[in-house]
Amino acid sequence: MNEDVRTGFEAFQPETFAFDEQSEAEIEKILRKYPPGRQASAVLPLLYLVQNQMARQTGSGWVPRAAMDVVAKRLEMPPIRVYEVATFYTMFQLRPVGRFHLQVCTTTPCWLRGSDKVVAACKQEAGIRGFGETSADGLFTLSEVECLGACVNAPVLQINNDLYEDLDAERTIALLQAFRRGEPPPPGSTIGRIGSAPEGGPMTLISEIEPPPAPGAE
Amino acid sequence: MPKVTIDGTVVEVPAGSSVLQACELAGKEIPRFCYHDRLSVAGNCRMCLVEVEKNPKPVASCAFPVADGMVVWTDSPMVRRGRRGALEFLLINHPLDCPICDQGGECDLQDESMAYGLDRSRFREQKRAVRDKYFGPLIKTVMTRCIHCTRCIRFAQEIAGVPELGATGRGENMEVTNYIERMLTSELSGNIIDLCPVGALTSKPYAFVARSWELVKTDSIDVLDAVGCNIRIDSRGPEVLRIVPRLHEDVNEEWLGDKSRFALDGLRRRRLDRPWVKRGGKLEEASWQEAFTAIADRLGRLNGARIGAVAGDLADAESMLALKHLMQQLGSNNLDCRQLGEKFDASRRDFYLFNTTIAGIEDADALLLIGTNPRREAPVLNARIRKRWLAGNFPVAAIGEPAELTYAVEWLGNSPQVLAQLLAEAHPFLKRLQAAERPMLILGQGALARADGAAMLAAAWELARKAGLLRPEWHGFNVLHAAAARVGALDLGFLPGEGGKSLDAMLDDGVDALWLLGADEFPIERIGPRTFVIYQGHHGDRGASRADVILPGAAYTEKHGTYVNTEGRVQRGALAVYPPGDAREDWKILRAFSAVMGKPLPYDDLESLRAKLEAENPIFGRIDECPRRGCADLSGPKGDAQALTDAPFVSPISDYYRTDPISRASPTMALCQEALRANMPIAAE
Ligand code: SF4
Ligand code: FES
Ligand code: FES
Repeated sequence: MNEDVRTGFEAFQPETFAFDEQSEAEIEKILRKYPPGRQASAVLPLLYLVQNQMARQTGSGWVPRAAMDVVAKRLEMPPIRVYEVATFYTMFQLRPVGRFHLQVCTTTPCWLRGSDKVVAACKQEAGIRGFGETSADGLFTLSEVECLGACVNAPVLQINNDLYEDLDAERTIALLQAFRRGEPPPPGSTIGRIGSAPEGGPMTLISEIEPPPAPGAE
Repeated sequence: MPKVTIDGTVVEVPAGSSVLQACELAGKEIPRFCYHDRLSVAGNCRMCLVEVEKNPKPVASCAFPVADGMVVWTDSPMVRRGRRGALEFLLINHPLDCPICDQGGECDLQDESMAYGLDRSRFREQKRAVRDKYFGPLIKTVMTRCIHCTRCIRFAQEIAGVPELGATGRGENMEVTNYIERMLTSELSGNIIDLCPVGALTSKPYAFVARSWELVKTDSIDVLDAVGCNIRIDSRGPEVLRIVPRLHEDVNEEWLGDKSRFALDGLRRRRLDRPWVKRGGKLEEASWQEAFTAIADRLGRLNGARIGAVAGDLADAESMLALKHLMQQLGSNNLDCRQLGEKFDASRRDFYLFNTTIAGIEDADALLLIGTNPRREAPVLNARIRKRWLAGNFPVAAIGEPAELTYAVEWLGNSPQVLAQLLAEAHPFLKRLQAAERPMLILGQGALARADGAAMLAAAWELARKAGLLRPEWHGFNVLHAAAARVGALDLGFLPGEGGKSLDAMLDDGVDALWLLGADEFPIERIGPRTFVIYQGHHGDRGASRADVILPGAAYTEKHGTYVNTEGRVQRGALAVYPPGDAREDWKILRAFSAVMGKPLPYDDLESLRAKLEAENPIFGRIDECPRRGCADLSGPKGDAQALTDAPFVSPISDYYRTDPISRASPTMALCQEALRANMPIAAE
């Protein structure tokens, strides 16, 4: 990620950034959570707001440097402290990404459950050769990420802010096609399980348990 | 106090010390990269490992507090193995470029590698490379060498008060950077070069100039502001190549301002290296004899009362005394050192000194700044104010032009009328001062140089008296000088004598001949057209441009000289290299000229001149003594405290990087000025 560190001088950086009305409303809610003098704690949520607003406005969810300066000013902290946070967390994109940011988890559980196939399917469907690339139509950017915390439903693919789980090659391709058509399915398991409930229905607590006899009954 | 056993010796250490500090007290040297005793503890390099009994693993001693009865081993096999391991990790990504690294020879990493390094690498993978950063014209970065000790980040944040450095990315991608590729906006930025334990941050102007072991090191005193920072001048042959700070706890600790460190390339430029005499309206090269004769011809014909002398900002006390004696021999009382027209009252020393002393700032508990911008006028002293402010409970208020001083300041307004209100007990900050136990005020040169400067001085003293700044055991009245020569000049009475003229009266043909001893900062254009001007100094600056005769003198690195800093501390600078060409040490020039006039000054060597200096004012014999002062006599300086006008304050230093003939001749300082300007639009947004 070395090249990201100097984003300040890259041509794609916008000169300015301003929060829109929707973000402003959110900011007000967020800042109320922190006592005065401690607003700097809100740096993470505010950077997320930036990324989401950029996605709304430009179709690409990323954090421009101008926006980091705006956050610094709003939270009364030195800009470098915001740069540090924004560059530390890989969840913040420091350069434009495709409209749909494909973040494949390749950590051990997902890998054991076939994340390689998910990666291959993403590459194939989006026409991308490797991680970090964006498809020619600007729709998809592929990234490799570490554990997304949904290992029970491995393998997992995060698209923008939503997780799609229990994937295999076909379902990954179908998923991307749905996104391309502009019909993103609801996030969660792609095989219809609810949350992390066992595949194919409940496996425990399946029979009624006889209630114990009431105390004192013969 | 806890007792700790270190390698078998029992030492008693203050509670709250770290194990590393305890080891130092026991005389054990602990290797370190990230720890620095003036910075917060980071504990990230792991080089300071020691073994603590009952601890299964080695501990990082810099971040480990002592406990009573602790038993520590600093050189056990476990310790050595641990340090070797830490060092091996540090070297994994460190390039093997010592032969082309400017830190070579004075690099902590090199030194520790001698002690704990392996002679080969077991690392077979790719080393990482990091793009270099732009920190401005002073600091060169080779960031692949950085070992992430974060000293520079902590210095910028804590000491300099400009949080512009940070660590971006993480893990293998961590980089120390300012992210936005702009010059660091600190007057103290050069200190991160000294702090960086490796060659990641080195001096840009000094890049590839010399190896540390080729340099001759001369301990001296800085003269580019009035703090009197202790410096070491590193030279090779006839050239000064580097200036670095020397430790003096009571003056500069171990810091140095960027101008004092980097203006040295100005010492090689625009130098006056031979005498010049004006013939037919044009300056022509001349011999010393010709120059002296030209002056003697002119002065010989004049009445003493029509001759004047002005001492400049960088002059040493010895040459000022010699010039004073020369003027007395010529029958002149027209002496002045107040180039800005400051209204001093030199009848008592504490009317013009920084009485609290620089180290004393740390004991103060309230501060009022009057017409001063200490950050520009004395950056190292400003760092001391910030240090005190960081310790908490230190209200600072200021009357003057608002500026970012690196600590919180309550700006009371830019008008002397605020001072009048304070005096009239009509301003709430008076209560804060009165409530404080050791309050202080600092009066700047900008305030004293005003038309109502005398009133300002009297009013500030009056306020000091009223608010309890003056006590038998505490002296809270401070004048912050900007010129290194000024206090020395006042101490030896380089002021108009009986019936003598001030600088102002000497201008506009108030005298027929004017001897300028390195004086360049007063309005030269006001020298009358008929005045014969002798400029004695080292740079072809403003004064020399108006001269009829130029006598080439020595810069501060080229002479043994005595300087008195703003606290009244007498210190001695030393000759590191000889003056260029025909230039000579200044007192010798004056002595030689007096012989031409037929009345040689009564000293043939530095010792006898210094004896005269001490006879003039005994403080010149008390080198580096600066006791904490109290104030027993509350009567104030002359001047009418009521006569304050309401003209706003203006700092005498508009540009920190160009204040004197040396820094004005320095290309590096010019670059700084430019780079700072390039920063401006962003700083203003
Ligand atoms: S640049 Fe030098 S001082 Fe700064 S973190 Fe790196 S090694 Fe430490
Ligand atoms: S390993 Fe993929 S979500 Fe945890
Ligand atoms: S000096 Fe202790 S960890 Fe760096």
